[in-house]
Amino acid sequence: MKKILSTLKETKLDNRIRLGIMSILVVNSWVEFKQLKTILDLTDGNLASHIKALEKELYIEVKKEFVGRKPQTTYRVTTKGRTAFEDHLSALEALIRRKDE
Amino acid sequence: MVMDPKQNPADALLQIRSLMERSTRFLSLSGLSGIVAGVVSLMGLAIVYVFLEMLPFEQGVIYYIKALDAHRWGLDSKPFFVLDALLIILVATIGCTYFTYRKARRQGQNLFDALTKRLLINFLVPLGVGGIFCLALLDQGYLNLLAPSTLIFYGLALLNTSKFTFDEIRYLAYLEISLGLLGLFFLRYGLELWGVGFGVLHIVYGIIFYNKYDK
Repeated sequence: MKKILSTLKETKLDNRIRLGIMSILVVNSWVEFKQLKTILDLTDGNLASHIKALEKELYIEVKKEFVGRKPQTTYRVTTKGRTAFEDHLSALEALIRRKDE
Repeated sequence: MVMDPKQNPADALLQIRSLMERSTRFLSLSGLSGIVAGVVSLMGLAIVYVFLEMLPFEQGVIYYIKALDAHRWGLDSKPFFVLDALLIILVATIGCTYFTYRKARRQGQNLFDALTKRLLINFLVPLGVGGIFCLALLDQGYLNLLAPSTLIFYGLALLNTSKFTFDEIRYLAYLEISLGLLGLFFLRYGLELWGVGFGVLHIVYGIIFYNKYDK
């Protein structure tokens, strides 16, 4: 039990928004900032701060480019991020199984 | 707003699942779009029967032979088929876009995002190839193969799109393709099979979708 809880914490994904961002990124190749914002229904600042946290963990990589004249920021999950996400999911499942017993 | 997964892992998993689905699948497709597409197709087909002066399942007349020297409203059959097809596509597209747009707005979803773009590209490429293929058939005078070919290419386009939207679309795709293949072996029933594929199936699917997802 203790190990499960510590995994949940270690992945740094024990936050609804960070977990939400990762859920979207693991099933899409490159996702725009604006899209994340719409799907998660967040403000710019709120989303940006959580993205920064994920970047710091090296869970996601950032690409900034110009599409026409508009700057566009897109994100992609890294291998490390994918592993952390999967670990987190497994821990959540383990927790549920434990509750059922 | 903030929910701690530590306290409720089941809710966290539900949230993950919903986000994965919402971000990879186009769920604004409205059942009403299907009904409109079906009704418009049947009306377009009715115009064909009027043009050829025949009735569905009429015995003793093969429609594509009759079409060879059919002439009405100042049109030969080739330009008529192109015009009728364009008319069906135009009206059906307007109807589908309207109802899908309406549903997306009600769901608070943005219609013009990367997902919609991907979905449209996956739909339009096989459909465009089919359209050109059919124009070539028409040009070479293979009127008999026209109706089944449209069913097959439309089915393939749907199949290509199905992974980005509701799962049930895949079965609609298989049904359309099967009707098209059947039509290749029973050429004389081309128009009737076309009516089943584009008309009846769309309406039935539209009603099912409407009851299941739009209410």
